[in-house]
Amino acid sequence: MKIHRRSLALMAIAVLSSAAAAPALAQAPSILVASTTSTQDSGLFGHLLPLFKAATGIEVKVVALGTGQALDVGRRGDADVVFVHARSEEEKFQAEGFGVRRHPVMYNDFVLIGPKSDPAGVQGSTDIAAALRAIKDRKLPFVSRGDRSGTHVAELRLWKDAGVDIAADKGDWYKAIGQGMGAALNTAAAANAYLLADRGTWLAFRNKADLAIVVQGDKRLFNQYGVMLVNPARHPTVKKEAGQRFIDWLVSPQGQRAIADYKVGGEPLFFPNAGDPNA
Amino acid sequence: MPDNASALQLVLSGDPALFSIVLLAMIVSLSAVLLAALIGVPLGALIALTSFRGRDGAIVLLNTLMGLPPVVIGLLVYLALSRSGPLGAWGLLFTPQAMVIAQTILVAPIIAALSRQTIEDLWLEYRDELTAMNVPWPGRVGTLIWDARFSLITALLAGFGRAAAEVGAVIIVGGNIEGHTRTMTTAIALETSKGDLPLAIGLGIVLMAIVLMVNALAWVVRRAAERVAG
Amino acid sequence: MTDLPIDLDNVTIAVGNATMLDRVTLTIAAGAPTVLIGPNGAGKTTLLRAAMGLVAPMRGTVTWQGRAHVPPVRRAIVFQRPTMLRRTTSANIRYALRAARIARGGHDEAIERLLAMVGLSRAADRPARRLSAGEQQRLALARALAREPDVLFLDEPTASLDPASTKAIEDIIRAVSQRGIKVVLSTHDLGEARRLAGEIVLLHRGRIVETAAASGFFESPMTDEARRFVAGELLV
Repeated sequence: MKIHRRSLALMAIAVLSSAAAAPALAQAPSILVASTTSTQDSGLFGHLLPLFKAATGIEVKVVALGTGQALDVGRRGDADVVFVHARSEEEKFQAEGFGVRRHPVMYNDFVLIGPKSDPAGVQGSTDIAAALRAIKDRKLPFVSRGDRSGTHVAELRLWKDAGVDIAADKGDWYKAIGQGMGAALNTAAAANAYLLADRGTWLAFRNKADLAIVVQGDKRLFNQYGVMLVNPARHPTVKKEAGQRFIDWLVSPQGQRAIADYKVGGEPLFFPNAGDPNA
Repeated sequence: MPDNASALQLVLSGDPALFSIVLLAMIVSLSAVLLAALIGVPLGALIALTSFRGRDGAIVLLNTLMGLPPVVIGLLVYLALSRSGPLGAWGLLFTPQAMVIAQTILVAPIIAALSRQTIEDLWLEYRDELTAMNVPWPGRVGTLIWDARFSLITALLAGFGRAAAEVGAVIIVGGNIEGHTRTMTTAIALETSKGDLPLAIGLGIVLMAIVLMVNALAWVVRRAAERVAG
Repeated sequence: MTDLPIDLDNVTIAVGNATMLDRVTLTIAAGAPTVLIGPNGAGKTTLLRAAMGLVAPMRGTVTWQGRAHVPPVRRAIVFQRPTMLRRTTSANIRYALRAARIARGGHDEAIERLLAMVGLSRAADRPARRLSAGEQQRLALARALAREPDVLFLDEPTASLDPASTKAIEDIIRAVSQRGIKVVLSTHDLGEARRLAGEIVLLHRGRIVETAAASGFFESPMTDEARRFVAGELLV
């Protein structure tokens, strides 16, 4: 029967092609890093990973998610390394026994983005708490990530610092979109809304429309990144040697210099601080 | 991909990163369609040719599965393939194979439902002749699939269209890893989130052009073959 | 082993409320063609399908050389509107040869012989569904003969065909019958019945009204219905 021969041929093609789709799997050693949209969308990984590969031969595959989701991927054992930015969440992850040891790597800062017309009248201020209060009092449109990302965690902390109980006080003006930094920026650009963003993603973002930085430089806007090896004792499939080499490289002078060298439009996006014991 | 290039420039210059994205997207979606066809066509034929209790329910279920959101399938496959999931030992999460699995599940119900309809119509036409020729069951199924092959191509194209266009399942199980699991649709999602809307739209146009070419090719093949076999 | 004679004993078949065959008893034995006549809806098609084994009687029995439930291995049928497989003319015959499990080595020769017999040699590579109605009827006949049957059922084989096609089909039927294959055919064309029949079975409203040798039937019909049918008065 002709049909059987044809099915066999189809099956062979399907199997071969799916095998061909992953040629790198067996060859170069590779690790999987669960990280945040900010490190990917800002272009930092595009700069760092070729340098790391040249130095070690290890290939790094990055899955970019919000910090909360990235840590969940680590909890499930689906990543070897997590590289995120929400210290409280990272410490919880470690306390639960999923992370081996947290290493500070670098920082940048959050900035408050808003329409150039600045209806809140906070342009040029360095007091993020006062700025958020002004937005809330005038019920001006504000876009929140709403996705348990590092930026979302930071935003919630800042509302608290501003004395606003955002869970109780939010109204139509407060739009929690449950998506990544880029989607939040696109939404704010379309709605002329305020939002909190990490500086790196903001600088690399192309669709700025009428948005600009309105508040920056407040100490409370500090944004620390940390890296952890997923605990091989919890998940034996974790590639601990290769993963540890990536972490070691990030905090080494070589890796720290590579981070400092990454610039967009002449401006550095991240500032290495692996040596800072308090970070 | 170079940052400040338009999609058109990327295509014209034969950008290797774009080429590998297109290639991966095609390999994943075509593999998924082929696997889904191996499952869906015989399943559709089985339902078309048999009568059993709950057959109507099975058809309604199949038609419902056609509309299952890709994100839901992606999530289920993610949970199954995760290291903490039942199939975690396979180590397939965030690989192209995982994307093939998710898209196969996505596409198989469409192919099964459309095959069921096509084969059932042909069965009504052929039943008397095949019964009179004393053709056994496996032969009947084979004959119906073979003689419906041109109509079944349409079912496969519908499946391919859904696979090539979806982003929800592949981005969850593939992880959108540059150079490994980035496909056309996940690249479009990424460029959108980077705010590079012209590049995102350009990639969308490239995707549409590719789907158009696949459909045109299938149409030409179908027409040529029909002229020979009727 | 042959399937003849075929015995229908008190066969009743109904579809929904309509009785298609009503207590029909008939023996189909080897010999000259048996022709079923009667107006439309008389039950001719149902009788052919029952004798072929495609429909089971609701009451009564159908047996083939005394055996019940014999699969259609030694029997073949050409439906009134035969379905052409979506393949070429020769592939349609090849399919029938394969289904009949005829040794593969003889297929090419058999296809050539059958196509020549029904006058379709030049259409061998054309898609069967593009053939004219007359050509399709002839191909269906070739396909049925490919099975090398003992008995061949033909359901109105010349209905809606032009005179030339009708003559071609009737010539083939005669040749087939002379080769010793039992032909059972239905028609509402009295001329055709006269030209082909060895035995006539007149059906009316699902019942057999009269069974007779062809010569006797036309010259001295025994029942009133037969007289009226021959005179062209019995229409429904």
